[in-house]
Amino acid sequence: MSTRTSPEIDLQWRLACRIEDVPAEGGACVLLDGQQIAIFYFARRNEWYATQNRCPHRGQMALSRGMTGSSGESCEPKVACPFHKKTFSLVTGECLSGDDYQIQTYPVRVKGDKVYIGISA
Amino acid sequence: MSFTTRPIVVVVGNGMVGHRFCARLKSTGLFRIVLFGEEPRPAYDRVHLSEYFSGKTAADLSLPMTGWFEDEEIVLHLGDPIREIDREHQVVHSLKGHTQPYDYLVLATGSSPFVPDIPGVEKEGVFVYRTIEDLEKIKAYAPRATNGAVMGGGLLGLEAAKALLDLGIPQTHVIEFATRLMPRQIDSAGSHTLESSLRRLGLQLHLNKSTLAIEGKNRIEGLQFADDTRLAVDMLVISAGIRPRDELARLAGLQVGTRGGIMVNERLQTSDKRIFAIGECALVGGMVYGLVAPGYDMADIVVTNLTGGNKTFVGFDMSTKLKLIGQDVASFGDPFASEPDCRSIVYEDRHKGIYKRINVSADGKYLLGGVLVGDAAAYNILLQTVNNRLVLPPDPEDLILGSRGGGSEGAGVTSLPDEALICSCESVTKAAICTAVTEQGATTIDAMKKCTRAGTGCGGCVPLVKDLITATMKANGQYVRNVVCEHFDHSRQELFDLVKLHDVRTYGEALSKWGKGDGCEVCKPVMASIFASLWNETIVKQATIQDSNDRYLANIQKGGSYSVVPRIPGGEITPDKLIVLGKVAKKYNLYTKITGGQRIDLFGAHVGDLPDIWEELIAAGFESGHAYGKALRTVKSCVGSTWCRFGLHDSVSFAIEIEERYRGIRAPHKLKGGVSGCIRECAEAQGKDFGIIATEKGWNLYVCGNGGSKPQHAQLLATDIDKETCIKYLDRFLMFYIRTADPLTRTATWLNKMEGGMTYLKNVVVNDSLGMGEVWEEEMQGLVDSYSCEWKDVVENPELRKRFVHFVNAPRKKDPELQFDPLRNQVKAQEWSK
Repeated sequence: MSTRTSPEIDLQWRLACRIEDVPAEGGACVLLDGQQIAIFYFARRNEWYATQNRCPHRGQMALSRGMTGSSGESCEPKVACPFHKKTFSLVTGECLSGDDYQIQTYPVRVKGDKVYIGISA
Repeated sequence: MSFTTRPIVVVVGNGMVGHRFCARLKSTGLFRIVLFGEEPRPAYDRVHLSEYFSGKTAADLSLPMTGWFEDEEIVLHLGDPIREIDREHQVVHSLKGHTQPYDYLVLATGSSPFVPDIPGVEKEGVFVYRTIEDLEKIKAYAPRATNGAVMGGGLLGLEAAKALLDLGIPQTHVIEFATRLMPRQIDSAGSHTLESSLRRLGLQLHLNKSTLAIEGKNRIEGLQFADDTRLAVDMLVISAGIRPRDELARLAGLQVGTRGGIMVNERLQTSDKRIFAIGECALVGGMVYGLVAPGYDMADIVVTNLTGGNKTFVGFDMSTKLKLIGQDVASFGDPFASEPDCRSIVYEDRHKGIYKRINVSADGKYLLGGVLVGDAAAYNILLQTVNNRLVLPPDPEDLILGSRGGGSEGAGVTSLPDEALICSCESVTKAAICTAVTEQGATTIDAMKKCTRAGTGCGGCVPLVKDLITATMKANGQYVRNVVCEHFDHSRQELFDLVKLHDVRTYGEALSKWGKGDGCEVCKPVMASIFASLWNETIVKQATIQDSNDRYLANIQKGGSYSVVPRIPGGEITPDKLIVLGKVAKKYNLYTKITGGQRIDLFGAHVGDLPDIWEELIAAGFESGHAYGKALRTVKSCVGSTWCRFGLHDSVSFAIEIEERYRGIRAPHKLKGGVSGCIRECAEAQGKDFGIIATEKGWNLYVCGNGGSKPQHAQLLATDIDKETCIKYLDRFLMFYIRTADPLTRTATWLNKMEGGMTYLKNVVVNDSLGMGEVWEEEMQGLVDSYSCEWKDVVENPELRKRFVHFVNAPRKKDPELQFDPLRNQVKAQEWSK
């Protein structure tokens, strides 16, 4: 099984979008090499996350349109798919609403007004 | 242990039990698993097979296998049954020629439908009911059938009958050999209640009928019975029981029962110690178990035993609860116990089609079993009472009648012993659930599912699990209150008052003041609805706290496209506007359909096309229909006195006036209205949140009705009132609802929960008992005056328009995954993918 946290050295940092493209406390979708990636901006925490855009439940390209939020005392950042409200951790990609799903997550870097996503080379 | 040295377990049969076994064994990480299935598709939910006819797809029924094959722990061969087991060399041979060695072999071959030896069973139009392929054949044949019959009035037979009803076959018959339905599960009085309910639903029952022959040339034309009667049918589904699939075991020389079934010991081993049999193919203790729960139990036992544990199968509680053609049917414990061992308490309501029987031990202390037909709400707690030998209250009849005056209902969850099995699919006890609440803080159903897996199977125990969570929290001194979610310790009503009192306008402000964390998909839309109801500022200002539909001002549909619903007040539309709708639909390739609320829905719009579509619609005089919002949808009307020879007043004009008054107002849930021009009620106003019906002297106002899954008639609030009074009462009623209802609660449910019910509501709205009437009327007028069309706001604002793109780094590109299929000269969304 592929693991999420590849060593930095294998990562290729790709320009995804500008910070104003992603709404505060929300998500947006970018296309990189034919892959759809959802980017989320937690403005209150000034944190960025990225995951696959596809919800594994029904295969819909929709996670970027989901509502963001947090779960539990540790405030684990999460997103809820707009279709059937399956929720996923933006840190581990694990499904938090009791199903056996897993989504891919990507590291994000912001430089100036540009947002970069780390994709394993 | 390295992967290649792990022992190999070969599983034969990819049904529900085989799937369960693989899932469990995989999670141990100790084996390599090779799975052979005869059917062409991965395992699916056979228990809910009949839902295939009521709209579910094969993909919906499919059991999740996410990540199964990535790590090569499981190799799956579909459409490739095993033909031979070579026990000496420990290999199996498949139809397609695979030779696979095994260390352990698990047979989960299931069962096949029993087809009685009646002349004519081979005729065209005769089917069995077991697999998705069977269902597809039935579906393909059904359009030419007008008289369908099911042979067998047991559990599966009635499921099949439901399927024929769902397929729209005009006449559906059930033929049963016994003198009553479901003789194995319920007693004869229960059967009779069920029979009358099913007859009322249009099912034709033929009991005590032995079929001699199936008539017809090549195709079935009728059935000939032993009593010299016949029945013309052009389609027959045979559902006369199951036979274990033991042919492979038989061929391999394993011991099988005289009436079928692979013989296994209580560790579920066959006569060959390396070979196990589980599920419907296994004969254990002289029994074949035709339900999924004991099959799951067997799967878990074999996993335990393969991983060094020691568990045995000691029989299974065959208590069951089902919904057959919309009728609850349950039996538990010993449903047939009779005097002198017990005394039965029976409740029968022929009017409502309810029958309940409980069998109480002769000394009155214990519950032995019972039958529930028509209303099985008490099933969970009754089953627990039997299984845990709970001492009965002095008036055990309360268990089925409910407490009549004073006292709490029944013994309740707190009296269950710790070892009580709450979730039988996942074997979770009461103690495990209570511990998860106390020690892991699992205080929601989602958290409980994650912690214990309770409720993740059939879901039947969820209400009981919720009760247990609440009871445990109370016992721990945790404050149980009606809160929105983990981020706000307040109810919606409290938040509503706080927001109003403190003049809070944004979600971020509210979260800082009264919340914690970053919010979630529950509290964000709740706050959004409160802001909209109080301040009526355009919802696009805070787009990301809106539910997805409100964020994009359109309804998301399968595939990720959106539907567009312009307002057509009262259902009245000019020919010119119809032409505009047609032109726009053609230009953007949209599927068009008339909705139940007298509007026209345009489906299949790309998110990026939405602003352009609305620009054209607005230019033609349309405005948003708020079909995406928890807001007023439509006010349906009949044509009324302007054309109708029966009409008393002009219902269309009144409907338009009302719809335009309340358009855009956000509420805890959607709102629908109706206005009928006379007592014939063609607008179906009594099925709406508010309904107005013309009388000789004015209008009657009804409130709190709804359609949907639990239809409820609206109740009369005021009689013979004039238009102005009607609007005044509506203002007060709606504001009262908007202020006090819980999130996502329709007016009907809100009223059902209201102490004092309709009498109280009438007092508040008509007699102004709270003295709030004037305040609410003013608040409502404020909302009405501040209305603006959200889509107009977006169309005119280039910054807002920018939000409607799929890819922010390629704004002109549409989602390539969004595909449509042709349908009757239009398009439809592609099916869900796996």
